[in-house]
Amino acid sequence: MKAHASPSTLRKPASMYMKSAGYYIVVYIILLFVIFPFLWMVVSSFKTQAQMMDTQHFFNFSPTLRNYSDVFQRYNFTEPIVNSFAIALISTALALVLGLPASYAIARYRMTKLSIVLLIIRMIPAITFLVPWYIIFSLLGIIDTYASMILAHMLVALPFIVWIMVPYFESIPKEIEESAFVDGSGKFRTFLQIVLPLCGPGIITAAILSFVFSWNNFMFGIILSGRKTKTLPIAIYGFLTYTDINWGGLMAGSVIITAPIILISLILQRYIIKGLTAGAVKG
Amino acid sequence: MPHNRFKDSAKWAFVSPALIYALIMILAPLAYTLFLSFHQWSMSGVDKPLFVNIKNYADLCKDDRFLMAILRTFLFSAMALPFELVLGIAIAMLLNRDFKGKNIIKSLFLLPMVATPVSVGLVWMLMYEPTIGIANTLLGLLGITKLPIWLGSPNSAMFSLAIVDIWQWTPMISLIVLAGLSALPNEPLESAKVDGATKLQTTFKIVLPMLAPTITAAALLRLIDVLKIFDIIYATTKGGPNFATETLNIYAFVQAFQYFSFGYASAVLVVFFLIILAVSVAFVLIRNKFRVEM
Repeated sequence: MKAHASPSTLRKPASMYMKSAGYYIVVYIILLFVIFPFLWMVVSSFKTQAQMMDTQHFFNFSPTLRNYSDVFQRYNFTEPIVNSFAIALISTALALVLGLPASYAIARYRMTKLSIVLLIIRMIPAITFLVPWYIIFSLLGIIDTYASMILAHMLVALPFIVWIMVPYFESIPKEIEESAFVDGSGKFRTFLQIVLPLCGPGIITAAILSFVFSWNNFMFGIILSGRKTKTLPIAIYGFLTYTDINWGGLMAGSVIITAPIILISLILQRYIIKGLTAGAVKG
Repeated sequence: MPHNRFKDSAKWAFVSPALIYALIMILAPLAYTLFLSFHQWSMSGVDKPLFVNIKNYADLCKDDRFLMAILRTFLFSAMALPFELVLGIAIAMLLNRDFKGKNIIKSLFLLPMVATPVSVGLVWMLMYEPTIGIANTLLGLLGITKLPIWLGSPNSAMFSLAIVDIWQWTPMISLIVLAGLSALPNEPLESAKVDGATKLQTTFKIVLPMLAPTITAAALLRLIDVLKIFDIIYATTKGGPNFATETLNIYAFVQAFQYFSFGYASAVLVVFFLIILAVSVAFVLIRNKFRVEM
């Protein structure tokens, strides 16, 4: 139980209430700033172009679903949704297949040099790879295929997985594996059957973040995707080139792109906070 | 001895799939970029890359657009980072107590940084829209008559984008600092209380110094990412108006994929890479230093 009634609250309750009301007001103002752009995105996605122009009635308007049907019918959003899901899922899965054993080895065999190299890879500007990839992929004729997009998106995921999983594997006591070795289990079986199942939360964190960052990725898609493999960020960016900006459609599209990410984050927030703050807090 | 089990062969077997990927997708492309930076090439079918020695690099030194891009990249960081740090730390201190709804607030704080940057850019573009955007409508209600045109003017575009970055990443600093705060040992705080230290004294003399490693690591990570900012700028201004928001990342992108000067773009990338590498090495060194001290 917490000690609710500290001496000061007993002595001057009125001013304490004022203080805590003031506190909540400040907190809510901060919160409003944080979520306002999202509210705005949603509100605007239900407006017609004419309502958008009417700055007298920002919140007082009769909502329309036109923008959402436009997004699917006129701008054909279905295909990019499928592409985004497929590319994010496959690249995350493949990056896990490569990244988990590598992180395990880095943690267990103390391959610090390798971990520093991977840390630096996380920091290198992605465009440094994009130029040579574009040239090589063009020569191979795999621009605008899932292969090129997945290979590229794996680069986003891999350093993240290592970043999150190395400390995680380090935190698993060695004795567990050693007793498995004594029982005659091989290294790979031990890793697959004993170590990995212990790392569920870490793997979930790494997988969600990889998925999110692949889903959000914009730069690779501009160059490596085309008509067939266009992902959502590219599809919505395509709206902009129409001479008259269709704000309602843009916002409806933005809601569709952002909604899954927001849902995932809210449901799995514990994991995501841990993942995003990992490198800094652990030192 | 069970330790004999940890032999080299197993170690390399575990890392080799990732290493092969890294070799093909990271190391070879980096080497190729370095190679191209000494050549002139526009990827036309018949011509081979033409060796021009250090001409690209020599040209870069005289290229005002490039030098301005470097300056802008750092200027942008200087506009965004200090705000993110100060605000982020202040908000974390404010939230660092038990109250109803704290967890909801923490999860809402996640949203700006996980939301798709392109859609974030688009919604800010709408809010900044000079005639129909809410930003100017609100300023108008406050009685301000000389309304800014935000992303539309070379004078204000950079700062407008910095605001977006501040909005996106201040919450992350807060979350990191909050995590750091909850990991702090209690004894120093309690003994300070016993010694009669004021809240302000405790914050500045005890809490902040103890958080220094966390804050430094967060700041450097943020610096590296802010130097590489691309999505928000490309989605909104594309480096304009009049190159006012053309950072190094955008400039390299334009050189490569609009002008198709792959050699020259590669030289830009090598310089960009070296800048980031220098900052990253500083990051690793500082991080390791703090680790030893802790």
